[in-house]
Amino acid sequence: MTGLANPSNLASMHLYLPIAGLSVNILVIVLLGVGVGVLSGMFGVGGGFLITPMLIFYGIPPAVAVASSATQITGSSVSGLLAHSRRKGVDYRMGWVLVAGGAVGSLAGGGVFRLLQKSGQIDTVVGILYVALLGWIGLTMGRESLGALIAQRRGTAPAVPPKKSRRLISALPMRWRFYGSGLYISPIAPFLLGLVSGLLTVLMGVSGGFILVPVMIYLFGVSTRVVVGTSLFQGLFVTATTTLVHALTTHAVDLVLAALLLVGSVTGAQIGSNLVQKIRPEVARLILAVIVLLVAVRMALGLGWRPDAIYTVQAL
Amino acid sequence: MKRRALLAALPLLLSASEPRLVPDVSDTRIDIAYSFTGAELLLFGAILYPGGAPPAADTEIAVVVKGPSEALLVREKAKIAGMWVNHASERFGSVPSFYAVATSRPLDKIVSPRTAAIYELGIGDLLLSPPNGANADEQARFQAGLVDLKRRAGLYAEHIGAVSIREGVLYRAALPIPARVPVGNYTAETFLIRNGRVVAAASRDIAIGKSGFERFIAAAAETQPLLYGLVAIGLSLLLGWIAAVAFRRAR
Repeated sequence: MTGLANPSNLASMHLYLPIAGLSVNILVIVLLGVGVGVLSGMFGVGGGFLITPMLIFYGIPPAVAVASSATQITGSSVSGLLAHSRRKGVDYRMGWVLVAGGAVGSLAGGGVFRLLQKSGQIDTVVGILYVALLGWIGLTMGRESLGALIAQRRGTAPAVPPKKSRRLISALPMRWRFYGSGLYISPIAPFLLGLVSGLLTVLMGVSGGFILVPVMIYLFGVSTRVVVGTSLFQGLFVTATTTLVHALTTHAVDLVLAALLLVGSVTGAQIGSNLVQKIRPEVARLILAVIVLLVAVRMALGLGWRPDAIYTVQAL
Repeated sequence: MKRRALLAALPLLLSASEPRLVPDVSDTRIDIAYSFTGAELLLFGAILYPGGAPPAADTEIAVVVKGPSEALLVREKAKIAGMWVNHASERFGSVPSFYAVATSRPLDKIVSPRTAAIYELGIGDLLLSPPNGANADEQARFQAGLVDLKRRAGLYAEHIGAVSIREGVLYRAALPIPARVPVGNYTAETFLIRNGRVVAAASRDIAIGKSGFERFIAAAAETQPLLYGLVAIGLSLLLGWIAAVAFRRAR
């Protein structure tokens, strides 16, 4: 135990990951978890879009990184969700519809994943998906939050132009009342959204949050009070399903890696959900937009730059 | 009578002209436990000269440690429409997952290219069971790419001059085993080399495996996938809930 008391020893403490098959620095992985947990608690995004590439960069095999980060997102979702539900920040009705869509989407995603993996194009497809989605989300969110901030400073009401998409959504049949979200819309719209997010969770190792949050705010017009909590609620179920699918098919879930990430991220999620109360939502959204855009730009450069390794190896 | 004695001595006379190896390794089993950050494998032994002949100065030693073979698919990226995408691939039937060679002097100084190829001495002389149907140029390109990847991961290495020979009788070599070493059955071969030829060889087996908790986890993921997945989910739910409760208390 003397090793734990000495900070320099702690910084160099390594732990062997049984599934990934290599040793990692405990402190690095736990801090990575904290950072991602803070994002999760603040914005309702799982942080998978950051943690998966970082784990791969650290040398963890991609399949293990994707599978174990799904497990980790489940934990930080619970942690953040409990914090939000105490403030009545979850629309469970909307959440269940999103979960149903997510379940269908993640099953379909599993099939698409295997198909792409066989052809060897999974990395390229995932890369393009990342750039397109993150770019679009970052730009939309950045423009909106910046506009809202400028309008506030001038003392005018933020201009919300009526959107064609909202009219399209309200034209869907069989409308339900979602009290938490303050909406009267057809459940088909959130079901489809859940489906897309489930598909992306499996393909990209990210929780659906980073697409759920902007779509719920900008396309559906869900009350921002319940957006993060509801997104976490859906992410919880979809990532738990993803963990199970990976455990059964790829055997790539590393319990030790997931546990290390979890210790950091569940703590971070609590810090994040408290932090978000202290800053204005527009500022929070602007910060998220900047992070998302930075990742998108980095990914776009990665597609065009000559990679470090021209050759890659896959076990047969 | 004289003739029979000569016949009986014949095998002795044949082997008597060349020295013999008595090899040993520091570990015949390397356990990968929670704190595994690599290991050092010590290969040592004695060179026995027949009939008490004096140790020869031109005796050289090469030690090769090989890991279990694996079948690999190697993909090659190319720039297409401004993006780097996988465009070609080759199959390799049996590639050693780990290969390290240690020698007493530079390989090209102690063995002929022919001997190096026959005994697979040196990374450049590895026979990675050539893929079928590809032309030689393409084969060489993919093999070079594969070897480069393995070298970068520390899984292929040449340690020139890492074998020390004392008084021409005792030799020892320390080979580093990296943290990312694949598990399985390894062989450690020792070659005694004189005048560019291998005159004696000896082999020892080494098992590298996960032990204790690490072995349990890896085995559980393979044999009980459903239970393993449920435990993973349970663990994440539990930790998330604990954090939420702990933070509510703290406030």
